[in-house]
Formats: sequence, C-alpha cells, structure tokens
Amino acid sequence: MQGRVHSTESFGSADGPGVRFIIFLKGCPMRCSYCHNPDTWAAEGAEMIEADELLDRAERYRSYWGPEGGITVSGGEALLQTEFVLDLFTKAKARGINTCLDTSLAPFARNEPYFGTFTKLMDVCDLVMADIKHIDPEEHKKLTGRDNANILDCLRYLSQIGQPLWIRHVLVPGITDVDEYLYRTRDFIAELGDCVKRVEILPYHTLGIFKWDELNIPYKLRDVDPPTPERTERAQRILRGEM
Amino acid sequence: MALRDEWNGFTGGHWVDDINVRDFIQRNYTAYDGDDSFLAGPTDATDKLWGKVQELQAAERANNGVLECETEIVSGLTAYGAGYIDPEMKDLEQVVGLQTDKPLKRAFMPYGGIKMAQQAAENYGFHVNDKYNQIFNEYRKTHNQGVFDAYTPEMRAARHSHVITGLPDTYGRGRIVGDYRRVALYGIDRLIAGKQEDLLNCGGRTMTDDVVRAREEIAEQIRALKGMKEMAAAYGYDISQPATNAKEAVQWLYFGYLAAIKTQNGAAMSVGRVSTFLDIYIQRDLAAGKITEAEAQELIDHLVLKLRIVKFARIPSYQALFSGDPVWATLEVAGLGQDGRHMVTKNDYRFLHTLENMGPAPEPNLTVLYSKRLPENFRKYAAKISVTTSSIQYENDDVMRPVWGDDYSICCCVSATETGKEMQFFGARANLAKALNYAINGGKDEKFMDKKGNHMQVGPEYAPITSEYLEYDEVMHKFDLMMDWLADLYVNILNLIQYMHDKYYYEAAEMALIDTNVRRTFATGIAGFSHVVDSISAIKYAKVKTVRDEQGIVVDYEVEGDFPKYGNDDERADDIAVWLLKTFMKKIAKHHTYRNSEPTTSILTITSNVVYGKATGGTPDGRKAFTPFAPGANPAYGAEQNGLLASLNSVAKLPYEYALDGISNTQTINPSALGNDDEQRVTNLVNVMDGYFANGAHHLNVNVFGVEKLKDAMEHPEKPEYANFTIRVSGYAVKFIDLTREQQLDVIARTCHDHM
Repeated sequence: MQGRVHSTESFGSADGPGVRFIIFLKGCPMRCSYCHNPDTWAAEGAEMIEADELLDRAERYRSYWGPEGGITVSGGEALLQTEFVLDLFTKAKARGINTCLDTSLAPFARNEPYFGTFTKLMDVCDLVMADIKHIDPEEHKKLTGRDNANILDCLRYLSQIGQPLWIRHVLVPGITDVDEYLYRTRDFIAELGDCVKRVEILPYHTLGIFKWDELNIPYKLRDVDPPTPERTERAQRILRGEM
Repeated sequence: MALRDEWNGFTGGHWVDDINVRDFIQRNYTAYDGDDSFLAGPTDATDKLWGKVQELQAAERANNGVLECETEIVSGLTAYGAGYIDPEMKDLEQVVGLQTDKPLKRAFMPYGGIKMAQQAAENYGFHVNDKYNQIFNEYRKTHNQGVFDAYTPEMRAARHSHVITGLPDTYGRGRIVGDYRRVALYGIDRLIAGKQEDLLNCGGRTMTDDVVRAREEIAEQIRALKGMKEMAAAYGYDISQPATNAKEAVQWLYFGYLAAIKTQNGAAMSVGRVSTFLDIYIQRDLAAGKITEAEAQELIDHLVLKLRIVKFARIPSYQALFSGDPVWATLEVAGLGQDGRHMVTKNDYRFLHTLENMGPAPEPNLTVLYSKRLPENFRKYAAKISVTTSSIQYENDDVMRPVWGDDYSICCCVSATETGKEMQFFGARANLAKALNYAINGGKDEKFMDKKGNHMQVGPEYAPITSEYLEYDEVMHKFDLMMDWLADLYVNILNLIQYMHDKYYYEAAEMALIDTNVRRTFATGIAGFSHVVDSISAIKYAKVKTVRDEQGIVVDYEVEGDFPKYGNDDERADDIAVWLLKTFMKKIAKHHTYRNSEPTTSILTITSNVVYGKATGGTPDGRKAFTPFAPGANPAYGAEQNGLLASLNSVAKLPYEYALDGISNTQTINPSALGNDDEQRVTNLVNVMDGYFANGAHHLNVNVFGVEKLKDAMEHPEKPEYANFTIRVSGYAVKFIDLTREQQLDVIARTCHDHM
C-alpha cells in the first residue's frame, strides 16, 4: 500500500543502530513546543509512495548499513499510518532488512481494530525508539497539547511483550530539565525492565526555528537556550540510574 | 643460501639476487590484527623537536609564509653540509637531514625555470644573486624556456584562456616516486652496480634517439647515486652498504627521499609505500630486544617530523592553483597482498599515531589503502583518527590492486603508480566546462578578448549555436567536435612539456631508484566535471536560454524548469557523468603519447577548481560566471539533495578503469550527523567507507567538523587551537588558516552534510 511520505534521508546516523535509511512520514497529532520538524505536522502535501518503491530506494544504500543498520520510519508521527508501516515492515523483513520505528506513541489505543494492527506491527519491528515527551500528565499537555496516559500505557504494554526499546527524552531547560521530573522519568523507565536497551537524552536545539518562521507559526520557546553540556550529562546519568 | 650480515634473520628469496623490494616485503612482513593499545606516546626528544618546529612554523606564518629563501646557492645533493632542526638539540634527532642548511629555508631551484625561481624568492622579499641571470639565460637554458621556445600560437592561446591550464611548464612535474626503500635494503653500491650493468646492456650499436637518451639518463642516475653517498657522508653516515637495523633503515630510506627533494621541486613529491617495509626492520629489532616500542615510535615520529617540514619556494600563480603550500609527501598504509593476506602492520598504526603524538598536520599526506577485508581493529582506528584530526584520506585498494598490484604507491594526491617500476608524466587538467562554452560559441572564449576587443578565437572556428534556446542534439554534436579538438591539443601540449622536462630537468635521483626499463603513464585530467554533467542534464531535461552580449557571444544562461543533478543517485544525471568520462578518455587515448606512455585521466582538481572556475563564464547548469567549480569529482555546490550516501553512490558509479589517475571526492560531515558520540561516529564512518568502497569508488577525503568551526577559524586565525587545524581538500590536506580567504570561503560554501 501507499504511505504519506514527507521525505527520505539516505544517511541516518543517529536514528537507531548503525547507518540507516530514514523515511519521514507526514502528519502528526502532537504540537510539541520544541518540534524541529513542524513542516511534517499537516497530513496534506505528502508524496504518496508504495512500500515496495520505498524499500527499493532504501536498498540502494544497503552496502553502507553494516551488520546493524537498516531502515527507520520517523515523522511526523509514523503511527498515524500504522497499517502502512505494518505493510512496509512486513515487506522489509521479507527482504532481510532491519526495521526501526521512531515514534511518540501518541496514536496508541487499546481498541480494535487499532490494537490488532499495532500488535502485528510489533512482530515485524526490530526496535521501537520511543520519545517520552514529559512524564507529568499536566506538563505533557502543556508541552504537546495532549495527555500522556495512553503513551505510558503503551510503553507498559511493550514491556510486557518484551519489545526491544530505546527511550529518548528531549531535555528542555525549565520544562523537562527539572530534577523532580527527571527522577520520575527514571523510575518509570526502571519499571519497564530489560526491554529498554538504551536511554538517550537529546539536548534541545534551536536548529528548527527557521521552519516555524517559514510556516508563520509563533515559536514559544524563543527565549529558551539549549541546555549546557553539564546539564545534559547530568540528566543522562539520572535517567540511566547512575545518580 | 647465506645472507649478508645486514640481512640476518630475514627470509631470503628473489630479492637477494635481484633488486626486488616487493618480494622482500611479502616474505618478511608480520601482519597485525590487534588494536591500538600497544602504541607509545611521544618521547621528550619528540616533544622538544616538535616544539621547536612549531615555533619555526609560527615565525614562518608571521613572516608572510616564508622564513627564508636561498639566494646564493643552487640546490643539489651536496650543495650544503649537514643541517639540523636545532644545532643545539641535534643529538635528539633520530633521523637527520634537511633540504638546505636550516629548517624551513627554501632552496633555490632554477632548472624548472630561472624566471620562476627568481620570482618565487622576490615574492617573499629575497633577491637571487644577479649572476644567475647570466648563467641560466646565456650559458644554460631551463625547462620553462624550452617549453616556450616550442609552443605554437594555438597552444599559447589555450593556455592563456585556461581551457587547458595548470600545466607543469612553470614548475616541476613531480609525481615520480623513487623506491626509497632500495637504499635501506641494498645500500647504494649495489644499486650503482645494477645501473652500471643496465648501462652496458642499453642499446646495440645503433644509436637511435631513444638509445642515446636512455644511455645519458642512466649515466645521470649513476652520478646521482654517487651524490647520495656524499650527501649522507656529510651527516656522518656511509650508505654504500645495506642498513643493519631499524634506525639505519629509516635513515637510509629518508636519505633517498632527501635526494629527491634537494634536486626537484615537483608539484608532488611522494614518499611512497614505506610503512610495511620499515616494520620488518623494527620488528626484527623489537624481537631481538634492541629497541623498545617507545623507541620504535620515536623513529617514526622523527621521520614524519622531517616530512612535515619539506618546503619549496613557489610563485604566486602556483600558490593560487595549489593553495596552502602543499608538497604531497604522500605516504601509504595498509592494503592487501595478492595472496590475500592484509598488509596492516604495527607500523601502520605508528604512522597514524603521529597525528596523536604531534597533533594534526597536512603533511605527510597519509593515505589508507582501504578494503573491507582490512582488520576491523585497524579500520576503526583509522576512522577514529579521521574523526579526531580530519587529516587522512582513503583509497580503495580493491579497485587499485587489480591494476597496479600490491606494491603501488600514491604518487600525487590520489594517483597510483607501481613502486620502483613506473613513473608518471603529470599533465594537469583540461577545462571541459569551458570547452562546452566553446562548443556553443564556435571556439570563441567567453571571457578573454583579443587586441581588437573581440572575444578571442581560441578553439577552431566552427559554426556557433545561434538559437535562443539550446537544443540537446545540436549541443552534443558540437561538444563532441570541440572535445576532439581539445583532447588533441591537450595531449600534444603535454608531449612537448614532457620532452623538455626530460631534457632540462630530468629526475636523476628519483629515476636512479626505479627500474631502468621503466613503464610510463601519461596523466591527463578533467576540470569542471560536475558542471558539464549538470549542464547537459539541464539542456536535456529542462529549458536553457542563452544570454548574449553585444558581440552575440553567449556569456550566461537561464535555466527554466527542474532537471536531475549529479550527486543524487539519479541515473538520468549519473549516466551522463559516466558517458562524459568515457568519451573524453577515449578521445585522449587516440593520440600518440610521448615515449609511448600509457594515457590515463583523472577527475581531481586539487584546489585549482577555484582558479579554473574564475576563468570560466556561466555554464548551462546555472553556475554563475567566474565562480569556483566543484572540486574533483564532487557534485556541484547545492546539487546534493538526498544526503551523503546518495552523493557517494553517484560518485561511485564512475568507472575507475577509465580514470586510472584517480577520482577524487571530498566530503565534510558534521560530527553530530555522524553519530551522538565518538564510538558511534567511528562505527558509522567505518560503515560508510565499507559501503562506498564496496560500490567500486576510488577515493574519499573525510572531514569531520561543522561549518561553525571553519567560520570561527577564518575570523580568528590567531587562536592557538587553529594553529594546526587541518582539513582535507581535493586530494590533500592543508592547514585551514594557510588557505587564501577566497579558498576558505569556497570550502565553507561546499555542502556540509549535517542532516539530522
């Protein structure tokens, strides 16, 4: 089937293990204040591309992937097109390609038919990179415009089924770079157990602001500076349970 | 068979009776699969000497780039006595020998061209003794005069308009790698005996031009070998016999190289594939407990220190072509043998480790002969050195080995040559972007005017294109004719130059260390490659409108609509690139080449892409008039829309078999785009190179830094952290602060892959 694709990148080096071909899907339900890809929010204006066509494009770079690399589906929010990602990953596995899903998990729901599709998707997904935007429900709402209950529920479900996970967390001074929240996030990650293979702090950066300006959307964090390397290092250690 | 005492512990073979260094290496080297944990840091002596050199380099920079030029003595093997980095610390130098009597002092080398040698000194405020005016104008002619005596008006015009440019008619052609290892393995006396035997066997009774010339050349080689002994004697060494230990092996080898750089100021003065060879000597001494690892590293550090201070006096127009004062003291590590064993030794680690012990540096031009089959430990160590120093380059051993065997050296920036068996006639570049404009304008130059104020007729006066919009078939037909003309003229200019270089500036010292029955390659080159490819694509897939001046000459183009560009892994553009390379190479190969040399071509421009671009009007791909070309085989600025790997895939499609002189590609990757931490960056870089070279690509320069750092270094060159900040440009490395501002801006403007 066809997916709504924003763009692709031949050389993804930090979106999963090894060198990866990244497929950015279009459309996102979240409106994160620090988003560096607001141009992927709207579902409109996407290029419609068949799963096999995308895999053909990806395989042109197979020689660079090494033993660990493969494809990563990112966004926008990939799980707005769960059926398409299921089709893509099923075909990728048939070609022997490592699959990775970069997601906020925001569309997750326990009701059918969504849940059934999601479960099948996990069977063909080698790694989920889940972005916990904020551990606190109220703060999550302020930051993204949505509640986080279904996201935390999804993570618990993934832990139950033993889905390999990377947890990512964007560190924003004054918003997530707050000790109380960092410790709560750490406790939650600890609950998830062994399926968490890696925890990454992503320091907030300002490289995407120009896109907000181009789209004429007011940028609320203009006065917020990126965290210092020391704060980033500290947050990393907290989340990894080292302090 | 009893071996000579100096060879105790070595395994004998063909190399004992015949001069055959490759055989010696294959029978004696010890491959190393381990990691870098054995490496030793710098010794006190290394720190002190390197400290002194850095002081001198700072003084040199403060003095307009040159510390001192010789004005009284003509350089030669025995023109000077011994010289040291610092006479008070001379006992610390494990490897001795300078080009002149003082470090960084530039020799007076008139044989390439007396006028240029005088200008070079004058340019830095030194005046060459006037007596040399008479000597080299009245009594003895030089290379440059010979060339200009013989040039035709057509050749002069093509040179003036830069449709053929960068020619070695004002400077030494370089690119000849003596097999300096022979000095260490055999000693000079054995080499002289070999050449004397060759002289006896050279020609019968019939004295044809070829025989006379060959006999004179061999006699010159023997004279040079004797001169090397005398040169070494000034330092207290007798190099008539083989080296007996590691220290002597390094020293003997360096004396061979020193002989080359005392007698020639060629554009590239490569050291060659010496690492594995020297490891055999070091390994023998280590096993016998004669030296420690720290002492072994010190030997290599001091050899590299010497290679870092090789200097020549250059004229300003040369500096504009090859910016940053490079000498291409290219030196190779790694590679595989024909028997399938990898040739990585501990010494390969030691050479790369010099960049950690003494910090980054552009020379020697350290080159990793890469294959996915090299040990993973070594690939990771090399990638680590790239990530931390951006000072090394990679070339694909898997595409070169089938052509050049397993004992080739890199004789310039990226060109291979079989060590001790081959020499190369270097021949700069033809400007294909300008040739495309000539095809459209009927051979008239778009920039240069004749005395009457009309556009100069440089190419043949074919019918120009007169339509407003360019039509694909018409352009292609005319471009084909113009390339025919250009290839013919180009080869013949080079024939003439190489003849004169042999006659007036023969490389006796280097050729003395190469087999007498030498194979010769004839290296042509292409400039403006990606712009021609994109121009043809624009004409084919979009609409290109001509913009004419009052004389009706097309001086610019307007492109309407989108078109596929080289650098995006798009067959429509990449097929044009492959076609262009094959077509030009076939046209070159049609012509007679001097001394029956084998014609090759390259897609590499060094930093001359800036100079060539400045002489070339707008091109149909939308490139603005008189702006730099993309360097080497790199896609045009801003053309790469699909990331690093798409760009690499495009370049990898160019068949190396058609560009045996090399296909140079330079990529700058932002550290954050390569991975979140150094470990990830190293792994990813190894993956990228494994993939790129598995696809059949030839060469990759890897820079790992962000644009911000470049901008800061340009604005604040005085900051200590930028004193040795080294970057890779097309085929070599330079200290960024040594580039002209124009070239700094050019480097900054190039695509930096920073997608996240």
